[in-house]
Amino acid sequence: MAEQRVLVIGGGLAGLSASMKLAELGVHVDLMSLTPVKRSHSVCAQGGINSVNDQTRQLGDSEYKHFDDTVYGGDFLQHQPPVKEMTDWAPKIIDLMARLGVPFNRTQEGFVDRRRFGGTLYKRTAFSGATTGQQLLYALDEQVRRWESEGRIKKYEFWDFLGPITDGNGICRGAVAQDLHTMEIRSFPADAVVVATGGCGLVYGRSTMSMACTGSAASRCFQAGVHYGNGEFIQVHPTAIPGADKLRLMSESARGEGGRVWVSKTPQDSRTAKQIPSDERYYFLEERYPAYGNLVPRDIATREIFDVCVNQNLSVEADKMCVYLDLTHISRSELDRKLGGILEIYEKFQGVDPRDVPMKIFPAVHYSMGGLWADYERTSEGGLQPGSPLNQQTNIPNLYAIGECDYHYHGANRLGANSLLSCIFTGLFVGPGLQNLLKNSPHGTAADQPASLYESARNVHQSNHDRLLNRPSGGENPYLIHQQLGDVMTKAATVVRENSKLREAIKTVQELGERSKKCSLTDTGSWTNQNVVFTKALQDMFPLAKSILIGALQRDECRGAHYKPEFSMPGVESDDPAERRRLAEAWCDRFVENNQKFLKSSVAKLDEDGNPVVGYEDVDVSIIPPRPRLYGLVGGEVIEEVWKEKYANVNHHENGAGNGSASAAGAKVAQSN
Amino acid sequence: MISSDSGSKYFEVRVLRQDKPGGASYWERHRVAHEPDMNVISVLQRIAANPTTIDGREVTPVAWNCNCLEEVCGSCTMVINGKVRQACSALVDNLLDDKAGEIELEPMSKFPVLRDLCVDRARMFRGLEKAKAWVPVDGYYDMGPGPAQSRAAQETAYPLSQCMSCGCCLEACPQYTQIDIPRQEGESDEDYNTRRNAEYDKNFMGAQAISQAVLFNSHPTGGMLSDERIEAMKAPGGIAVCGNAQNCVAVCPKEIPLTTSIAKAGRAATAHTFKKWFDK
Repeated sequence: MAEQRVLVIGGGLAGLSASMKLAELGVHVDLMSLTPVKRSHSVCAQGGINSVNDQTRQLGDSEYKHFDDTVYGGDFLQHQPPVKEMTDWAPKIIDLMARLGVPFNRTQEGFVDRRRFGGTLYKRTAFSGATTGQQLLYALDEQVRRWESEGRIKKYEFWDFLGPITDGNGICRGAVAQDLHTMEIRSFPADAVVVATGGCGLVYGRSTMSMACTGSAASRCFQAGVHYGNGEFIQVHPTAIPGADKLRLMSESARGEGGRVWVSKTPQDSRTAKQIPSDERYYFLEERYPAYGNLVPRDIATREIFDVCVNQNLSVEADKMCVYLDLTHISRSELDRKLGGILEIYEKFQGVDPRDVPMKIFPAVHYSMGGLWADYERTSEGGLQPGSPLNQQTNIPNLYAIGECDYHYHGANRLGANSLLSCIFTGLFVGPGLQNLLKNSPHGTAADQPASLYESARNVHQSNHDRLLNRPSGGENPYLIHQQLGDVMTKAATVVRENSKLREAIKTVQELGERSKKCSLTDTGSWTNQNVVFTKALQDMFPLAKSILIGALQRDECRGAHYKPEFSMPGVESDDPAERRRLAEAWCDRFVENNQKFLKSSVAKLDEDGNPVVGYEDVDVSIIPPRPRLYGLVGGEVIEEVWKEKYANVNHHENGAGNGSASAAGAKVAQSN
Repeated sequence: MISSDSGSKYFEVRVLRQDKPGGASYWERHRVAHEPDMNVISVLQRIAANPTTIDGREVTPVAWNCNCLEEVCGSCTMVINGKVRQACSALVDNLLDDKAGEIELEPMSKFPVLRDLCVDRARMFRGLEKAKAWVPVDGYYDMGPGPAQSRAAQETAYPLSQCMSCGCCLEACPQYTQIDIPRQEGESDEDYNTRRNAEYDKNFMGAQAISQAVLFNSHPTGGMLSDERIEAMKAPGGIAVCGNAQNCVAVCPKEIPLTTSIAKAGRAATAHTFKKWFDK
């Protein structure tokens, strides 16, 4: 039998951990990336990676509580078995990464040091200065290089994935890709394809994401028939620094290490930050959220910044959402040891030392909670079945999605320091399932496929490419269309969403999409043509952009990062005890009713004209019953009391309980042991 | 900066271009409107959106590599106003303060140009392979937490581990010279890589690979390959090539103590030689 191969697309944390695990299992891997894998977007992750640890355990923490924080923070929109499995694995993953040489900060005694992150009260986050993503990525890059030197992994760097190859039965048999220098288009036969291509921040023009994060690879799978889940859930990070080319992240770890967010109580105070006395400062997160303080989940912090800047007009800079993030009360040596990397970024790009002067920060698009629909096999204990080929498989057999580009680990809002975990976890966990897939080859092997399958798939992409190169001049400019798309998306589908604006945006994006097909290239050459590569990526942004907007329009509720003021549920304001209870009961009734309607993953499919149609699937909430997310809500105490008394023990989610995630794809999910 | 009649301010960008590997290079001048918070990446983005030279000639967009735009991925390294650095952290206002009215962009000179500002840095990654820059763990199963490490050890390792393989240290090194190995007609990937790597291995590995060897030798498990790494550094193209110009440490954007690493590697190589001699 011919040697079987797995093709991994994307060399960030997820793609690298999958590649190295597969190599360990004896599977030959082709690893493809737009950029040398060491330069993948994972390097930008700053703050850290979460797990329960010996210290938090003794304070009452557990894997289960990490799981609970993750689904509560995600507003219960994620299927619970994968999340449970991930949080169970978390301590082992940090141990492994330390063994691989990641220089995690250490305590005086030599243990891995931890800090606190948003959405939890425990210090779960292991970190390596403020460049944790970089350090994790390098450790995995080194292991992959080790396997490469032994011939188990073959890298294709500077290659652009153009799409999966599916046969007449809809089974994935490989992929077509293009060399970014020679522009050669080639078919890569594979017994399984794993897409690990990250988020789609560039759909918003500027974001905290890297230039490779166009979402094009996910979109090409979507256009080939993979479903796209929870697209409307886009995380807007509360703290970033704006630039002409991108919005640079200012890690949550700045708050984890004691950073305080505030504005002057005087609108657009003309004094400098240092001149504003402490009693004239409004520490709005600390005042509004006494328990979590500056470490509320990101969606909440971002919305509060919006409220303070827009509704209360207290922004530090007029016409922009800008607040202070203040570290100046912490000693320089401690800041350098724990946050050096991000403080240098601020200093370099803003020309101001944040150790001396409070930083000016702004919200920015940061993470795609949604992504390619992926399956799993649930065990009776509620975790995942190790080694099942269903884990992380999309609705196209033999095609897998892992890391940020899959849809189901973070629900409606991701907690800080959980993304590095989900990327490495899915990468490691998918390995044994793929090994079994290859061993049993239920759909046959790539070697059995006719050469014509690969040749015709290649030809389709070659003629698309040629057509684009040969477009008449004087047409649309792809860079300007991208800018316009970014503006529309940022205005309509970030912190606050309104149906009228979403409808408007859908129309505009539809028009822009049509115009993008009429782009003219300024470079029609056949060597390192970045113009044509960008134009293709731009065209592929539209199916995702539309899915995000349609998903947001149809979701008439507030959940995690998706916030529509029209459908928000204000807390209980009355002081009269009886009235308070009555209002709390009404609140809980509405909560239950809303969940019955909207506690569902959105699942987008493309119709014949290539337009997304967004449907819904039930969420497996069989382990932790959904409950109101009450961080800092007025009257939250009485709602919680009433909820526990009257609602908590009633099963409101019969549809979701006990099911796997099979409804969208019609795949069978076994209730195995 | 040049002010135009309309009141907007412009500056000039001179780019050293090259259409293909081995092709002739040529200078091209562009005029870019000044905006607040601009860096060299946004300058190149403006040129890409409207690729017209200063004398109104329509040209192809300038090719360049970039990704993270926050000086942590190493992609966008180029020579800006004569200094090797990342384009993303090169702020236009600072550049214009140093040299009024004009910014000059060139590709790195120690690596073969692929096109315009894109160069082929594969040799750097080969250096990491040669230095066995990895921890030789048994496998990826759960084996517990691994060795405890002191805070001091972490604080020594972390700066070295921030190396993003950008190549600034090599661009500045007098002993590191360009090697260009064109692919031969009909040569397979494997044959080409073998031939190319053999050529790379004969030549200087440079500060980045030496520093990574030192990093992994200092790791409790990484150190188990210490002898092999020292052998690699003693081989031709290793530590002996260093001429001690100390340019590397001066240009490193991450301020990695590269010369300290080189000194450590030198001492380790000497000790290793003596040890082998005594063990005979």
